[in-house]
Amino acid sequence: MKIRLLNAWRLGVKELLSLWNDKVLLIMIAWAFSGGIYTASTATSQELHNAPIAIVDEDQSVLSARIAGAFYGPYFKRPDMIAGSQIDAVLDAGAYTFVLNIPPDFERDVLAGQQPGIQVNIDAMRVSQAFIGAGYIQNIVLGEVGEFVQHRRAEAVSPVRLVPTILFNPNLTSSWFGSVMEMINNVTMLSVILTGAALIREREHGTLEHLMVMPLGAFEIMLAKVWAMALVVWIAVGLSLYFVIEGALGVPIAGSIPLFMAGALLQLLATTSLGIFIGTLSRNMPQLGLMMILVVLPLELLSGGMTPRESMPGPVQDIMLAAPTTHFVSFAQAVLYRGAGLDVVWPSLLAIAAIAAVFFVLSLALFRRSLAAQG
Amino acid sequence: MTADSVARLSGVGLHYGSTTALDRIDVDIPAGKMVGLIGPDGVGKSSLLALVAGVRVIQQGRVEVLGGDMHSRRHRATVCPRIAYMPQGLGRNLYMTLSVFENVDFFGRLFGHATQVREARIAELLDSTGLAPFRDRPAGKLSGGMKQKLGLCCALIHDPDLLILDEPTTGVDPLSRRQFWQLIERIRARRPGMSVLVSSAYMGEAEGFDWLVAMDDGRVLATGSPAELLERTATRDLDDAFIALLPAEKRVGHEVLVVPPRVVRTDGPAIVAEALTMKFGDFTAVDNVGFEIGRGEIFGFLGSNGCGKTTTMKMLTGLLPPSSGRALLFGREVDTRDLDTRRRVGFMTQGFSLYGELSVRQNLVLHAQLFHLPADTIDARVREMVDRFELGEYLDMQTTGLPLGIRQRLSLAVAVIHRPDMLILDEPTSGVDPVARDGFWHLLVDLSRKDGVTIFVSTHFMNEGERCDRISLMHAGRVLASDTPAALMAARGAAKLEDAFIAYLEEATAGAQPEQGARGVSGQPVVVPSAAAVAVESESRAFSPLRLFAYARREWLEVMRDPVRLTFALLGSLILVLILGYGISMDVEDLKFAVLDRDQSPESRSYIQDMAGSRYFLVQPPLTSSAELDRRMRAGELSVALEIPSGFGRDLRRGQGVDIGVWVDGAMPFRAETTLGYVQGMHVDFLQQAARENARVASPQPARLDMRYRYNQEFRSVFAMVPAVIPLLLTFIPALLMAVGVVREKELGSITNLYATPVTRLEFLLGKQLPYIGVSMISFFGLVALAVYVFEVPLKGSLFTLSAAALIFVTTTTGLGLLMSSFARTQIAALAATAVITMLATVTFSGLTHPVSSLEGAGRMIGTFFPATYFLNISRGLFTKALEFEDLRTDFLALLAFVPVLTVISVLLLKKQER
Repeated sequence: MKIRLLNAWRLGVKELLSLWNDKVLLIMIAWAFSGGIYTASTATSQELHNAPIAIVDEDQSVLSARIAGAFYGPYFKRPDMIAGSQIDAVLDAGAYTFVLNIPPDFERDVLAGQQPGIQVNIDAMRVSQAFIGAGYIQNIVLGEVGEFVQHRRAEAVSPVRLVPTILFNPNLTSSWFGSVMEMINNVTMLSVILTGAALIREREHGTLEHLMVMPLGAFEIMLAKVWAMALVVWIAVGLSLYFVIEGALGVPIAGSIPLFMAGALLQLLATTSLGIFIGTLSRNMPQLGLMMILVVLPLELLSGGMTPRESMPGPVQDIMLAAPTTHFVSFAQAVLYRGAGLDVVWPSLLAIAAIAAVFFVLSLALFRRSLAAQG
Repeated sequence: MTADSVARLSGVGLHYGSTTALDRIDVDIPAGKMVGLIGPDGVGKSSLLALVAGVRVIQQGRVEVLGGDMHSRRHRATVCPRIAYMPQGLGRNLYMTLSVFENVDFFGRLFGHATQVREARIAELLDSTGLAPFRDRPAGKLSGGMKQKLGLCCALIHDPDLLILDEPTTGVDPLSRRQFWQLIERIRARRPGMSVLVSSAYMGEAEGFDWLVAMDDGRVLATGSPAELLERTATRDLDDAFIALLPAEKRVGHEVLVVPPRVVRTDGPAIVAEALTMKFGDFTAVDNVGFEIGRGEIFGFLGSNGCGKTTTMKMLTGLLPPSSGRALLFGREVDTRDLDTRRRVGFMTQGFSLYGELSVRQNLVLHAQLFHLPADTIDARVREMVDRFELGEYLDMQTTGLPLGIRQRLSLAVAVIHRPDMLILDEPTSGVDPVARDGFWHLLVDLSRKDGVTIFVSTHFMNEGERCDRISLMHAGRVLASDTPAALMAARGAAKLEDAFIAYLEEATAGAQPEQGARGVSGQPVVVPSAAAVAVESESRAFSPLRLFAYARREWLEVMRDPVRLTFALLGSLILVLILGYGISMDVEDLKFAVLDRDQSPESRSYIQDMAGSRYFLVQPPLTSSAELDRRMRAGELSVALEIPSGFGRDLRRGQGVDIGVWVDGAMPFRAETTLGYVQGMHVDFLQQAARENARVASPQPARLDMRYRYNQEFRSVFAMVPAVIPLLLTFIPALLMAVGVVREKELGSITNLYATPVTRLEFLLGKQLPYIGVSMISFFGLVALAVYVFEVPLKGSLFTLSAAALIFVTTTTGLGLLMSSFARTQIAALAATAVITMLATVTFSGLTHPVSSLEGAGRMIGTFFPATYFLNISRGLFTKALEFEDLRTDFLALLAFVPVLTVISVLLLKKQER
């Protein structure tokens, strides 16, 4: 066993040397974990941000002007004033997500206590902005109206107040979320690509055959690739966590970084094994690439890193329990955002470890069989 | 330039990094002759040929070919149709999945021949080369000799004035080799004006050439006819002449090889093969092969490529379990799992099994370590190997860039680094120069005679066969004869082993198998129509649709023959749309919530009831303390928690102010915002209700807001996601397929056809793009069908408009793939870069989840200059908003604008010559 591990160590060093000589791949890894994360997290926002809005003001009163003046950044763009006849056209063209229609005599009716209505047209295809934006609009409009009324009418408004506290990310800064999720996506994608590609490269260059006539077994060959590629990605994750996420993006990390890195290592064991699996199934690089997409894309999109897991259809949720990324995403969120400790996250860690072990064994079995069959 | 020279090189130099391939070459190559470039590997023969063919960029000096300067692009375009170039390596310029006919046909189309002329010419060429019976066989399944003949057909299709062949017969069996040269002779007889420029490592072949250029180390040693060279060096054959021409310091250590007699040992045979048979499907690769090799014996396997030598060797090493029969090494049956036996065997596979990315030293050290040489001896052993195989000057260079011969020397060094008892060598010397080959055999003989190492070697060099103790002649999976070389020659009454082998071969192929095309060659004359008969149109035109379609057709055939690629391209997107359409949901539902109810009044219960009844929330066991709230939020068990203060009911009834605390998990900002929205909405509803029931509770609202969710009344994200996922998938898969398609040619070497034929860069790129656009459109229609029938997302707009947009869009995404392929050198890099870039840009910057107008900075820029943004708009507009073409005009225009831009950039980045 000691000898086999030593072999795996030496072959792994070889993998690292090979990777070092492939500058394109190196640059890719570096970019994915630095610039890639930075741009992805600063440019996109999961919450309402700069939503385009237009107002049809048929009242032209002080109150309607106050309402229009209440929409500004960062949630909304400054509203454009349009005519009532344009509503359908601008929505069709996708120019605005929201169009408010303030009816004539709105101010007068409010002061008369008649509860007049403002029509809010929402482009519901912009799912992410539509609902949240509607809530904001409601608050903003009612706030303005309320304040306006308070000056004119001496009547107490709402006695029961809702006092929200947002935990773990008080200002709901999207880069806190986006950066870490992007990093997780890159972990999955790169570790699968690197390992799968390393295997295919050996097969295509005939060196795999050469390894097999040496006193080496499938276990060493596979373990070498797994550890080497996992190490590369692992180091990249560590650096990116310190310098990009904490450093450049200023995301406060609540929990223990060593704990997170330990989890990342388990996750990498699972994903690199997956890389071997895919690399064994595909015969050449183009096939690997297509296979990659079929595997990695669902892993990234369905694991709860992009959209909340609980909103997915039940069967999808159940199936995704078998994916390591699902557990890794919930682990990463718990540790990095909520500052959870080992006492809280151990079930996720256990799940990742179990899945990693199963993946490793299955991949090894498949790899061994393919070596025997290939000749 | 004198009238009788076809090419003139003056002061030509070529460097790869710090390596000098050609060092100030001056040579005049006479026209109308068969000119041979001889010399060992890695001396610059291939580089010189590539420069003459116009395939490689001239770095230094002047190259004039067919009366003009090859530096000038215009001249290259003019003479290109008059030059034919066949690169080194078996079938390097061929397409392995295409049939014999399709390969030649492709080249015919590239040179713009009309259908009738083309077919007549192909028929003639195939007949004269004896390939006619194999017209429909894929090139990949031809033997080495047939591949070379096919390569020649492809080169001759356009009737060139200058035929350039780079090591055309390396790795080809002697009979095929002889036939190949006979073929060239006959072609020349018909077209005396044609100049042929050939490089060769077989000195024996060079004796038949008209004029020779002997090269070494990037310099020309001597030129002249073979007779002149022999006379000048006072030698009897070219092998010796070449050695004599070498500078003095290179000749040092060279001595004539004498194989000392073998002492027969009695301790049992080293290798025994009994009736070994290997079948792949209905093809018998090795048929009932048996032999016994004694310890310390040098046993040779002679035969052409693809005759079963390699398969036999694989069975001996345990790489391949035989279909029947058995193999024994040192008296033990070969077993894949037996690692001990492997330690006693050194193996050198045919494809240089070295790590190209590692240096020579790293390769040696790695293998020493893997064979567990004691750590303190590794350095010394590596040094010893480096000295023995003269690898010193390459020690720290990457093996990929090394010439063939040196890589093979390294392969051998690697195979013997652990001092094995037995060496199995598969074609160890093909492509190695005579001096190095003799040196190599010295070593083998040494190992055999002094150390008692058993050597099992396969080769196609006859003079190497003569050095073996015993040999087997192999052909088409069978052993034709097996004995000492002398006995075999005596049996056939032949003076040379080569003649004996050819006699055996002719006997074997005289029967039912026209495999080697012997009859075709002997039977029919080569008819090469005069240049005037060949319809050569549009050859020097800047753009020719014919050439474009030639490439498109070829690529299409290749894609169709690769079922895996095709299935993934078509089915992959359908599977993905199912996963994504059902999986990505921006709906926020089933939020886990719990309440810390300190009041326990009817009012507080009613408040909680409102939430519990909603489809958005899933009630969890109630909370009992703030600490518990904290812990369960931290563990992610709860997404939202409420704290209702004591006295809530009482205060509400009295109309006094009271605060309800809400804790929302902010880890996922989007979900947190939505959650807060739900809670606030419900809170307002509760107060409205309370106001109606109790006059003391003031109405919370002086005004109402009527929310109208347009286009998607039920607010289901599937209606928004499916029309968005279609652009996503039409970005990924076409871009990836395309990028890999081009880089694949770079990796496999068929990119040479772009360099060596008149096809322009634009024709090449567009031609390759067309099939992928076709495949992508098929998958587009599949996606639309899925959206409408499975997801039940109605297509409200016109299918025609959507298809038109999709057509433009896949043109841009395949264009994006082309662009990526111009940067990447390997398929892996192309894949990874394309995946990362398209994925990031499409998912985050093109408006899939957020409108581009909401993005800022770099993201906004990327979104604006990424085609998916516009197609996404069109797709959503047509699917859900029932828009017309008029409404989408700007998006269409933007999309269209990408097409020429991407194409122009790709054309500019693609090189028409190798650097």
